[in-house]
Amino acid sequence: MAASSALSNPTFTSSPTRHHHHHSLCPLSSIKLPNSSKQPFKPLISHPPPPCHQPQRATATATPTTSTSSTTSFHGLCYVVGDNIDTDQIIPAEYLTLVPSKPDEYKKLGSYALIGLPSSHQTRFIDPGESTSKYSILIAGDNFGCGSSREHAPVALGAAGVAAVVAESYARIFFRNSVATGEVYPLESEVRVCEECKTGDVVTIELGESRLVNHTTGKEYVMKPIGDAGPVIEAGGIFAYARKTGMIPLQSS
Amino acid sequence: MASSAIASNSTSFINQKDVGLSAFSSQPSFLIQNSRRRISKKIVSVMAPQQSERKPSTTGSVKNAMTMTEKIFARASEKPQLSPGENVWVNVDILMTHDVCGPGSIGIFKREFGQNAKVWDREKIVIIPDHYIFTTDERANRNVDILRDFCNEQNIKYFYDIKDLGNFKANPDYKGVCHVALAQEGHCRPGEVLLGTDSHTCTAGAFGQFATGIGNTDAGFVLGAGKLLLKVPPTLRFVMDGEMPNYLLAKDLILQIIGEISVSGATYKSMEFVGSTVESLTMEERMTLCNMVVEAGGKNGIVPADSTTHKYLADKTSLPYEPVYSDDRARFLSEYRFDVSKLEPLVAKPHSPDNRALARECKDVKIDRVYIGSCTGGKTEDFLAAAEVFLASGKKVKVPTFLVPATQKVWMDVYSLPVPGSGGKTCSQIFEEAGCDTPASPSCGACLGGPKDTYARMNEAQASFDVYIVFFLLVCVSTTNRNFPGRMGHKEGQIYLASPYTAAASALTGFVTDPREFLQ
Repeated sequence: MAASSALSNPTFTSSPTRHHHHHSLCPLSSIKLPNSSKQPFKPLISHPPPPCHQPQRATATATPTTSTSSTTSFHGLCYVVGDNIDTDQIIPAEYLTLVPSKPDEYKKLGSYALIGLPSSHQTRFIDPGESTSKYSILIAGDNFGCGSSREHAPVALGAAGVAAVVAESYARIFFRNSVATGEVYPLESEVRVCEECKTGDVVTIELGESRLVNHTTGKEYVMKPIGDAGPVIEAGGIFAYARKTGMIPLQSS
Repeated sequence: MASSAIASNSTSFINQKDVGLSAFSSQPSFLIQNSRRRISKKIVSVMAPQQSERKPSTTGSVKNAMTMTEKIFARASEKPQLSPGENVWVNVDILMTHDVCGPGSIGIFKREFGQNAKVWDREKIVIIPDHYIFTTDERANRNVDILRDFCNEQNIKYFYDIKDLGNFKANPDYKGVCHVALAQEGHCRPGEVLLGTDSHTCTAGAFGQFATGIGNTDAGFVLGAGKLLLKVPPTLRFVMDGEMPNYLLAKDLILQIIGEISVSGATYKSMEFVGSTVESLTMEERMTLCNMVVEAGGKNGIVPADSTTHKYLADKTSLPYEPVYSDDRARFLSEYRFDVSKLEPLVAKPHSPDNRALARECKDVKIDRVYIGSCTGGKTEDFLAAAEVFLASGKKVKVPTFLVPATQKVWMDVYSLPVPGSGGKTCSQIFEEAGCDTPASPSCGACLGGPKDTYARMNEAQASFDVYIVFFLLVCVSTTNRNFPGRMGHKEGQIYLASPYTAAASALTGFVTDPREFLQ
């Protein structure tokens, strides 16, 4: 088990992971850089985060590297949903007056992420009164993100603190928007991880090894390689890729 | 191997090994009554691996056989030959955006290309405010202002502006629902590439072009570059033959298909519609058909251009266009055949467009309202169809019936076109006599909920008191395209998707109703 990331810190797995000690668990939402579609998927954990008792969003920048996928991991609590979660559930239409490219409205979008989930989802994605989520990894079934083309959907998830989604399959436009914006890393599982994981489980995603580890259950899962989206993600989004391949001129300023 | 697949009959079915796709289909499926809701997940592959080059010696005379969609991609990417799975830079003929996604796309364009950057072509961008128009929501109104500022700055040729929200008719440029406006204004042309920041951009495939929805970032890119990196989709072919019964509409056909293949059955794929029934459909009906391909996960829908297409376009565009057609030996992932004469009116029950059921089997479902509108079911012919049912009945509706014409032109048609067999009455007169709500200002309306003051939005679940307290959830029969939880407003609202015939019939009885109750 090549520990390619410094985040694979044994002290996390030995801490009480079962439900009883929820508050002493030290749930860390995934370390994430402030979002910008110019630098997606570059969170690189170069040192173990400090122990804490609150969900924390680290704002310390890590050393960016040109090749990210082999050394990136995401770690945090997962939130589990089922099949066919459409974009109206991810971000209901009434919030689409918020313009994602405006920073304050971007934040507001985050506060409404997954608010459209029916009340059958008793554990809500964002706690009342909060504007970001304590869950940094979303686990889903088939056809995640179906419905509208609204880019507000991956944006809201990213703004809320989601670093990666692990779904059985994606709807096309949502996947594309995730890659284009760099807001969430869209991964595909080989099996129905949405039936094996529960909301609140502590998980780690080792990108380089395409591996999902559920520390709470002790199980590991292989994920599918990112495929054709890889070069675009590696470059840093559609604009960076286009500049790199000479399709559009480099930015002058 | 490739050559043996081609040697079989004219529409060959791709075998998984032939093109190295990790997505494959089961055997060609024929009309079955009971379709499983869950289709094998093996069909849905997000990304196919890069396809290896086919050597000319293995493909022989059919090395150029392509589907319509593949041909459009080839031409738009200036390549002689393309196969599904290839990623190519595609030149865009038309980029459309609206008030919801336009501001975000503009923000990205300016951030990436520069505050003073100019769009790639001021005549190829069509900006259509339509989603949140007739509302007091300040941000919604501001978003239309953002569009206007940008259009002024860039001298955008096609901006269908609205300033006077109190009287839509006072705005000469305003159109309404983007997908219907694009068609009515002649922006949809065979063989072209049309991208829009809206999932129902696929509607334009009715004109034999490649049309699909994209997000803000992609649109921001296209605004500056005029091209986009797209993957060539494989094509599913839907052959529909047989005479269209007089109680069936294109909405029933697409609900049939979505129920057949599920909401992810066409993910990343093109859906091509051919057959004698398709050839008999009007342009608006073809638009309805292509409109909902995204509800099956489809990347685009497409109908070959023919004399119906040319006639429709004759008075709308003077730009030249060159239609393309699938080669006889083009390869399709799967082919589905339907005998349309055997189909019956359908609904999609809550909460999924693939939750297909026969309308007549839902006749015990009591409803609270009916909504006729949207790009899917708010066009001129949709209202004529609804009027036909009200006329045949002669009675009044039993539930609030909301009518939202998609565009100014549709609104005018509703108030001026005579309904066949009515002795010269207009749709509006028939609607009034039937007790429907007055046709509203044209826009997307409540199809997607929207700001809380949107006309006909589903805002509450109702409560009814009996011996025990019983909550009845708001049930709506709608000619729109999606019925996921909360789609039209309230999360617990129950939406039954249906054709305008079925919607009108249901309004008359207060229950989900098969239109044959009135049309036969």
